[in-house]
Amino acid sequence: MSRRARVEDADDGVSAYPDRERGNRRGDLVRAGMRGIGQTLITLGLVLLLFVVYEVWVTNIFADRKQNQVYRQFQRSITTGEDPLKGVDRLKLPAGRQVVLPAGEGFANLYIPALGKDYAFTIVQGVNDADLEKGPGHYPGTAIPGQVGNFAVAGHRVGKGEPFLNLDQLGPGDAVVVQTARNWYVYDVLGDRKTGNLDRPGPQGVVGRQIVAPGDIAVIDPVPGRPGTKPTQVLMTMTTCHPKYSADRRMVVHALLARAVAASGKQTPRELGGTL
Amino acid sequence: MYTWIWRHLPGPLALRVFEALLLAAVVSAVLLFVVFPWLEPRMPINDVTVNGG
Repeated sequence: MSRRARVEDADDGVSAYPDRERGNRRGDLVRAGMRGIGQTLITLGLVLLLFVVYEVWVTNIFADRKQNQVYRQFQRSITTGEDPLKGVDRLKLPAGRQVVLPAGEGFANLYIPALGKDYAFTIVQGVNDADLEKGPGHYPGTAIPGQVGNFAVAGHRVGKGEPFLNLDQLGPGDAVVVQTARNWYVYDVLGDRKTGNLDRPGPQGVVGRQIVAPGDIAVIDPVPGRPGTKPTQVLMTMTTCHPKYSADRRMVVHALLARAVAASGKQTPRELGGTL
Repeated sequence: MYTWIWRHLPGPLALRVFEALLLAAVVSAVLLFVVFPWLEPRMPINDVTVNGG
């Protein structure tokens, strides 16, 4: 306090110590400068901390609201019988049939019991920033649920609803359940169930999990990793960033259709604790 | 900077404390709801898709 009082005295042009005034002024300037730098650094640190809070918490609040909207919209479209997959929602739709869905709209629900009983997201069409803020997004041009080929979905790992936060915890045989208006499609994560080895190739050489470069677009091909090969299997692929909090690599999980059942009222498949 | 702001806040101590908290809240809100949403897509931390680019 006393130091500041002296600065103020100097500002008024009345110094308590006239003969030491010059030296004090220089000292005060240095002190003020150092204090300014210190405060700026502390402020920057606080802003960075706030950005972390924003990334891992605030974005989830926004995204949850948007996810709720697409969920409700999808449920409404089911009750009116006008869901986006109307007319093509059947098992083993041929690979050649390209289905165009309305961008940004929900068309299926995703359940992964291994990631929690309450794990549920509505999948939207499209993978741009706005789509992925609503929920996991379906790569346009890839197969639809149940279709021969590869139903590919991208999702955020940290923040923005973080649907694929724990994608690394999935093991071989874990069920990935996709609910459309008319069907339940149960995909099982590929790999060796006995040893838990995700690297063991399944049908058409597809493994359970890969860590790839961001440019490795072949992982969402109809036969993942084999561009131009004719698909014979009904596959699903999920992509997210890797490692957590980074976009250095992509984590990719592949699953193979185990079974499909027709929807029946409010009943759920066995994998979700139901009877279907 | 903080000293300067504190000295220029009007009113008695209790009011000044309130004003200081209010200022901090306003700055945080601007950062969280305006600056960060604008900045975030420009940062290479949230790309989850594979693409040829």
